[in-house]
Amino acid sequence: MMPLAILLGVVTFAGGLVWAERRLLALWQDRYGPNRVGPFGLLQVVADAIKLLTKEDWVPPFADRALFVLAPALVMVTALLSFAVVPVAPGIGVVGSNVGLLFFLAMTSMGAWGVVLAGWASNSKYSLLGGLRSAAQLLTYEAFMGLSLCGVVILAGSFDLREIVLAQRRVWFVVPQIVGCLTFLVAGLAAIHRLPFDLPEAEAELVAGYHSEYSGMKFAMFFVAEYVGITLISALSAVLFFGGWLGPVLPPIVWFFLKTSFFVGFFILLRAALPRPRFDQLMAFGWKVMLPVSLANLLVTGAIVLS
Amino acid sequence: MIGLVGTLWTVFRHALRKRATVQYPEEKAYLAPRTRGRIVLTRDPSGEERCVACYLCAVACPVGCIALQATEDEHGRRLPAFFRINFSRCIFCGYCEEACPTYAIQLVPDFEMGEHRRQSLVYEKEDLLIDGPGKHPGYDFWRVAGVAIRGKDKGEAEREAPPTDPRSLLP
Repeated sequence: MMPLAILLGVVTFAGGLVWAERRLLALWQDRYGPNRVGPFGLLQVVADAIKLLTKEDWVPPFADRALFVLAPALVMVTALLSFAVVPVAPGIGVVGSNVGLLFFLAMTSMGAWGVVLAGWASNSKYSLLGGLRSAAQLLTYEAFMGLSLCGVVILAGSFDLREIVLAQRRVWFVVPQIVGCLTFLVAGLAAIHRLPFDLPEAEAELVAGYHSEYSGMKFAMFFVAEYVGITLISALSAVLFFGGWLGPVLPPIVWFFLKTSFFVGFFILLRAALPRPRFDQLMAFGWKVMLPVSLANLLVTGAIVLS
Repeated sequence: MIGLVGTLWTVFRHALRKRATVQYPEEKAYLAPRTRGRIVLTRDPSGEERCVACYLCAVACPVGCIALQATEDEHGRRLPAFFRINFSRCIFCGYCEEACPTYAIQLVPDFEMGEHRRQSLVYEKEDLLIDGPGKHPGYDFWRVAGVAIRGKDKGEAEREAPPTDPRSLLP
């Protein structure tokens, strides 16, 4: 029952996020956003889902059919699978793996693979450029994403996300690991292709990037996977650096929800406020700034823990 | 870094600003008096149709949505037998209004013309004609231009001023 509940919860949250993002973006752009369908426009998601479900399921004749169909499923599945290791509250979670963090990192990389495949299988120049950027972006952020989390692992002494939460009883890891937290947020943004690092999509330059050729439910899979990804990175930021379910008075699951929602709102604010960097700027920023910074953070953390 | 936080803060404060959106069906945006919307045919102060069926509007129309047929009444005055505007083609450019020598055809501030059937957007003369003179009250083309009918040339009737000779204005 628990996996199903988590699955439904995550997908519902991601669906609500579609609405919440549009409303929040509108709020910060002096607009109202969708407010017509149902109370406060909440049923807009349902209307969108009906529209996407009833669209023709079309594969372009020039596409590599098998990979074209596989790619959105891959993106979606990896995004959802990552949630298997996220500890929502004591007793709520799918599995308590002792390599949970590694599993998360592996699944994020697999998700990027799906994006690259989508760009390749579409057999269109814009999609290919999007996929190409995704591959380069993957190499950039993977390098410092793992390193930024090493500090947390050293402090907690475990890869188990549950253990990591419990290790934050005294002080949240954001205090000793502020640098790690910032680098992880940047890496997370790049990992889920979220603005300002949505270079694989880059609708201002590449039509719609890797999913230019997708429509209907296959497009919806990419779409939902993106929002599941936002939820995932937000949940992991809360778990790794902000004490997960730990908090006074309110029940643990509420704390987890509040912390996750805070990061979701922060990511949406980033989208509303920041412009997209150029491709080479992102690469240079990743390799020349973030990688040395996270390495230094790891070095200092290790030195302090050992001494 | 400071700039980044400043940007985020500026955008965040926009949450408290007044909304720019006009929630259309409930509240309506202000339309300027000269907004180019639905096309009407006006009448002169005496209540007669101003249109003299000169076809200039139909010629000026870039999308060719105006169709009309000229005819004459018993005094020899030109009138449109039918006057038809296909609003599903009309782009509301206002060229017809500019071309019109008698101020007959005018665009008014109304754009709410949605219909379920395309054919309902084809307006006939009865649909286009309004009762008043529109934007040019008091203007009567025939009083300015004079009118020649069978048995009477311009300016020959009782209490009728001779027509203005535009060439007399030349230096």
